[in-house]
Amino acid sequence: MNRRDLLKMIAAATGMAMVGGELWAAGMKSPDAGKTLYTADDVAMLDEIADTILPQTSSPGAKAAGCGAVMAVLVNDCYSLEHQTLFFAGLKHIKSLSKQQFKQDFMALKPEQKLALLSQLDQEAKKGGTSGLEGSSSLASSKSSDRKGELHYFTLLKQLSLFTFFTSQVGGTEALRYVAVPGKYDGDLPYKKGDKAWAT
Amino acid sequence: MTVAQNHYDAIVVGSGISGGWAAKELTEKGLKVLMLERGRPIEHIKDYPNAFKEAWDYPHRDKPTNQMKKDYPVLSRDYPLNESTFGMWANEQESPYTEVKRYDWFRGYHLGGRSLLWGRQSYRFNELDFEANLKDGIAVDWPIRYKDLAPWYDYAESFAGIAGVRDGLDVLPDGQYLPPVPLNIVEQSVAARLKKAFGGSRHMIHGRCANITQPKPEQNRVGCQYRNKCWLGCPFGGYFSTQSATLPVAMKTGNLTVRPFSIVTQVLYDKNTKKARGVEVLDSETNMTYEFTSNIVFLNASSFNSTWILMNSATDIWQGGLGSSSGELGHNVMDHHLGVGAFGEVEGFDDKYYFGRRPSGFYIPRFRNWGSDKRDYLRGFGYQGSASRQGWSRDVAELSIGADFKDALTQPGPWSIGMGGFGEILPDHSNRIFLDKNRKDKWGLPVLAMDVELKANELKMREDMKQDAIDILQAAGVKNVQGYAGDYGPGMGIHEMGTARMGRDPKTSVLNGNNQVWDAPNVFVTDGACMTSASCVNPSLTYMALTARAANFAVEQLKKGEL
Repeated sequence: MNRRDLLKMIAAATGMAMVGGELWAAGMKSPDAGKTLYTADDVAMLDEIADTILPQTSSPGAKAAGCGAVMAVLVNDCYSLEHQTLFFAGLKHIKSLSKQQFKQDFMALKPEQKLALLSQLDQEAKKGGTSGLEGSSSLASSKSSDRKGELHYFTLLKQLSLFTFFTSQVGGTEALRYVAVPGKYDGDLPYKKGDKAWAT
Repeated sequence: MTVAQNHYDAIVVGSGISGGWAAKELTEKGLKVLMLERGRPIEHIKDYPNAFKEAWDYPHRDKPTNQMKKDYPVLSRDYPLNESTFGMWANEQESPYTEVKRYDWFRGYHLGGRSLLWGRQSYRFNELDFEANLKDGIAVDWPIRYKDLAPWYDYAESFAGIAGVRDGLDVLPDGQYLPPVPLNIVEQSVAARLKKAFGGSRHMIHGRCANITQPKPEQNRVGCQYRNKCWLGCPFGGYFSTQSATLPVAMKTGNLTVRPFSIVTQVLYDKNTKKARGVEVLDSETNMTYEFTSNIVFLNASSFNSTWILMNSATDIWQGGLGSSSGELGHNVMDHHLGVGAFGEVEGFDDKYYFGRRPSGFYIPRFRNWGSDKRDYLRGFGYQGSASRQGWSRDVAELSIGADFKDALTQPGPWSIGMGGFGEILPDHSNRIFLDKNRKDKWGLPVLAMDVELKANELKMREDMKQDAIDILQAAGVKNVQGYAGDYGPGMGIHEMGTARMGRDPKTSVLNGNNQVWDAPNVFVTDGACMTSASCVNPSLTYMALTARAANFAVEQLKKGEL
């Protein structure tokens, strides 16, 4: 199978850069691998964010899949310096938004408050608008036309949450279906809505 | 070692697809054979550490780290750099090369070579492929025709095990096939609509792949389990590799000696007999130099490395090395250019899904410049692709994050179909490799320099490759069709060919019609280096057939006392 083209196709079809963001990584200097940029508190926060994006439903959510720790490893070891910087600034921004909007630490928010906050960021990211990282609304608005299509840190958070969840054992075998050794191919299998997707 | 132990009937340099075949054929015919492999040994099944790993078993979920990208800048240009195949590609720090122009060289320096990593698509060249250079006035004529190779294609397919269907198309001659890897319901439907839309002049057929769909107990191969993890080494012997197929047969004869960590630095040329008397080996672990002698030598070190060996051989007679008297050694580099195609969505099959993970999809054989079709460029291209339902990485535009979003992603999305072209590259004298004598590898050996680019013919073809893919999918009723033209650097097809081409005249070719070096007839080159033109089909099956044919010829000549 022509794996190389399918990967590119998927990326193009979904508008999602593959994790690691090679597109942006070009020409950037890589930081030392193995350097830990994230503390246990950060991992806990990543768990909360991922679990808000992908909560427990009839199957376990992102926290149960241990997404936060894997997200931190991927950011530390695989992200370009530019993405690491954006990612880290994004976490800070979420903390400050929480203070602004709810007068509380993000970690102390109720689930529905976290969902409200992150949904707002998801909308922003989908519109391709600014992340407001400059902290100056006038600067952001004056440059808004230039900033269309710029990568929003929430896009990274969402990609990483999806990737680490659905490639985890919990995600792959409980949220999705997985058969390690299928032994055959059936290309005409009946499907009814609600049946789970295959992990790969 | 005593002198006696250093002599063999034949030496095979390299252990990939063609080297494995050379060793199998020569040992089965009774020759004592030494196989030299520059890298480490890999034992079938035992040395496939990742064969049963899942995505969650990898620390970075199979993604390359920044350190990996830094150490493997070439590999990082495309899919091969990942955690699951890490260590199966040549070390770029130890074995660098010079890029006069960008050249993506993805090498497997270990026992089995890229036979463990290959894409397994297995197609025959057609009659016109062997006549095209002559008819077009391009490069030189192949010294052989389809009929010369056809029985050897039969032979290679029967042993390797190729899944496919006899489709009865002139453009893609039929072979000896095991039952096909099935097309799914959507591919079947699109194939039927395509046939109708183009009046039977374009075809979407089952991919033909070197995965066995029936057990081969005589080779201890269980068969394909539809895991789609071929490149990790298959514990079921599901796909053809040196380890799963040719090496066990060669070992069983008792006639094969395999020496790993053995870099062949030159063919030892005897100017009195005008033949090779053996090879010189640098042990990559001890840096000791050895000589091994033999009656015949098969170079199967992969296209560019076989040529590298020739360039370093007999330089006291010919400055450019053995075979350079033709003026063509190192020239006429070819690959298949790719990265262009289209994809879209298929409606009406929401009640259909599939089970299992296939090692192959569909194939659309060449239709350009075929029959009555005439374009403003020469030759053509084929497409490889597949249809599947989108997974969790799709966008669900109408949903924000949370429970509904997650539940939607745990179900399959719309059906997508996509395909990418593989185009023929013309042999061109100016596309060449040469020794960069100012730069040395870890062992102090001169490295290769690559000076290769796509020319006008390929660039024109790429426009068709994109537009035809769009037209085909649209004509077959596929929705939201989008074309793409991605990044391609020569070599990215991992089908490097040429640099020691076969021909009819020693003045314009390095090898004759039996793959013998004109200037040393007991030296055979049967890997991709020998190719006179590239066709647009994946080349490995042709290397197998050429190798078996040349080995048969070599043994006949030995018996007659001609070599």
